[in-house]
Amino acid sequence: MSDAPIVLQARDISRAFPGVQALADVQLTLRAGEVHALMGQNGAGKSTLIRILTGVHAPDAGSIELLGQSVAPRSPLHAQELGISAVHQESHLLPNLSVAENICAGRYPRLSWMRGGGIDWRETRRRARELLARLGIDLDVDQLAGGLPAALQQLAAVARAVAGDARVLILDEPTSSLDADEVRALFELIRRLRGQGVAILFVTHFLDQVYEICDRITVLRNGRFVGEYPCARLDAPGLVAAMVGRELAGAVEAVTHAAPEGAAAAVLSARNVSRRGQLQPLDVEMRGGEILGVAGLLGSGRTELARLLFALDERDTGDIEIDGRAARLERPADAVRLGLGFCPEDRKHSGIVADLSVRENIALALQARMGLRKFLAPAEQRVLAEKLVAALGISTPGIEAPIGQLSGGNQQKALIARWLATHPRVLILDEPTRGIDIAAKQELMNEIRELANGGTAVLFISAEIEEVARISDRILVLRDRAKAGELPRGAGEDAIYALIARAAS
Amino acid sequence: MKRLARHPLFWPLGALALLLALNAAFNPGFLALGWRDGHLYGHLVDILNRAAPLMVVSLGMTLVIAVRGLDISVGAVVAIAATVAALLIGGAFNAGGEAASEHPLWLALGAALLVAAGCGLWNGLLVVKAGMQPIVATLVLMVAGRGIAQLLTGGQIITVYYPPFFTIGGGFLAGLPVALWIAAALWGGLHFALSRTALGLFIRAIGGNPEAARVAGVRSGAITLCVYTFCGLAAGIAGLIVSSNVRSADANNAGQLLELDAILAVTLGGTALTGGRFTLAGTVIGALIIQTLTSTIYSIGLPPEVNLVVKAVLVFAVMLLQSADFRALFMAAQR
Repeated sequence: MSDAPIVLQARDISRAFPGVQALADVQLTLRAGEVHALMGQNGAGKSTLIRILTGVHAPDAGSIELLGQSVAPRSPLHAQELGISAVHQESHLLPNLSVAENICAGRYPRLSWMRGGGIDWRETRRRARELLARLGIDLDVDQLAGGLPAALQQLAAVARAVAGDARVLILDEPTSSLDADEVRALFELIRRLRGQGVAILFVTHFLDQVYEICDRITVLRNGRFVGEYPCARLDAPGLVAAMVGRELAGAVEAVTHAAPEGAAAAVLSARNVSRRGQLQPLDVEMRGGEILGVAGLLGSGRTELARLLFALDERDTGDIEIDGRAARLERPADAVRLGLGFCPEDRKHSGIVADLSVRENIALALQARMGLRKFLAPAEQRVLAEKLVAALGISTPGIEAPIGQLSGGNQQKALIARWLATHPRVLILDEPTRGIDIAAKQELMNEIRELANGGTAVLFISAEIEEVARISDRILVLRDRAKAGELPRGAGEDAIYALIARAAS
Repeated sequence: MKRLARHPLFWPLGALALLLALNAAFNPGFLALGWRDGHLYGHLVDILNRAAPLMVVSLGMTLVIAVRGLDISVGAVVAIAATVAALLIGGAFNAGGEAASEHPLWLALGAALLVAAGCGLWNGLLVVKAGMQPIVATLVLMVAGRGIAQLLTGGQIITVYYPPFFTIGGGFLAGLPVALWIAAALWGGLHFALSRTALGLFIRAIGGNPEAARVAGVRSGAITLCVYTFCGLAAGIAGLIVSSNVRSADANNAGQLLELDAILAVTLGGTALTGGRFTLAGTVIGALIIQTLTSTIYSIGLPPEVNLVVKAVLVFAVMLLQSADFRALFMAAQR
């Protein structure tokens, strides 16, 4: 395998940002017809390395060779012209254009000047169809991209990336929003491209996917190159150890259950909450000191339930009681006033305010709860933020750094810090561990358990059933936007799967 | 020096200093200040005085832009406020032949400001409750507002003869123009509200990421509504200054194109049009740059016909100077 010709070789790449050395002397070698995993924790430098390869950032030092020629990508477009294409987590198709238009965007075939010199739409469609056929993707090229499911959009985005004869294809967390079947379809495409000699760089948080599809692994840690390994010679525990820099004594150690055995009083009880097309009427009861897990497949109504409880969406029916009293809960501001907190699934879009500092992001919910007149002076905000940054181990150049500069895991922790500052009675966590590496996940789960031990009622939503089973005191299982059942603590993954699958069988 | 150059007010201030220096070069007496009739006197005082209405309007505009909005109706609101005040004061004379006011002055001014704030509230409701695009929502009032003002005046310019009214736009207090004191008071009040209450944090959060602000429990709708109302009120204050200064209300021309100058002042000052990042001091400097520019064109003797072209060219240059991308390009070219 190692005699496959080298396509791209990056040597001694370094890059600093204000306050951080994002990359220091990093090596990366991609070979033709190989899938190469780039692994590392949040903040290890994966994103920065990708941005350098695709010309978003210039390296401070180091060289990049493509097919033996020294290159310096100046922009994503220039990188594409050189033959380096990338597909990112959320595919960047233009939703209002057709698949064909998306695939050929930026390189539309033109009519000859005799025929008016416009874009040759027939040729555009033909090329798109031909490309999709070559890649084995079954897709109507005239469909609007925005109307496609996420998985097909992802496939179309890959097709677009390789349309310009790409030598190197970078896939940055392409599977994080796909379910198992969709991942299989994507992997089929990746294998086909590999067979055509494309060098593929694959970034993911899912270890099993690495071993399913990759040939070789490069590990980064804290912006430094740890090593390059053939997959066969580095097993999963070894890989985790390389990523975190220590032997994780069982990355999946059980979270200690210290929740009270007796039935604590209900802090929040919702009856008959529903919203048309999103959630069938259901009852939820949350108790102080208890973690209520919510399990279900994508589209089962997990996030919808959370949004209704926090009054982010208007509910059609349903009464919510807090501490036994009927609560006026019409908008998020009411929820915050009543002592609820909500970490949304989509951190970037509805969680952080990227331009504001870590301090301001942490103080925001508490200040919103205190209202306009009672002002949390900057000095008090600073004390609060310093305390929480230390308590949660948030790694940041400082509390005045814009939160947008932090890695995903640390942004997530800062969001949890934002709610901790309000001492919430009820905290709703929608996919708090998404896009976070294993070590940070474990830390986060421990924090959540601590929080519950302190008396907070926690609603824990996750797509990873195993996580829900591990942390929850009680599990609410959703299926097809309705309650499928409730399971007590200690119910294994199998019991959850059985509940989810019952309707199907 | 490098840290200085990175200060957000560095480039706006530099542009203003450059303009003032240019003036001083053409006109040696430009920077001179004198004392006459119990107040300061000179070109600089003149510029400050004339810039006051623009400053006031731009301060309101800054907040609207900071919450990702835009208010292009401020010019029309200036006309409405001026008209309401002039109509209520009226052109009456008492038996002795002295100008009198039909209604008490405080009532006339209060009514004008109330109507102006109401205009702002209307804009805010269209944006927040009806979910309209800010530029479209305020376009309604931009067009209709001037029409209403013209209907009220019957298309005539209303002249005011009541001297106490002239104090606002033409009087002096402690040696400086009253209009300037008004602008300064508004700036000071806003600065206090933004730095000593949570308003500043909320506005930046709403502008930076409206959805995230909502999830964090910020009452974005109520705050945005207040911001638009305040912008209307500010335009009303400017309307009083303008009409008091020219001693009349011209529904057709008062505040004409002021909305564009205000947006320009806000931008020149370094406030991001995308929302979230804003600076009150920058806006004040921006307004001063625009007024200085106008004065410069007259003082160096350019014909008024080229006024707009020169303004455009200079604004273009200032914007280029402020663009970090352009500066980077320029530095790269030098190397």
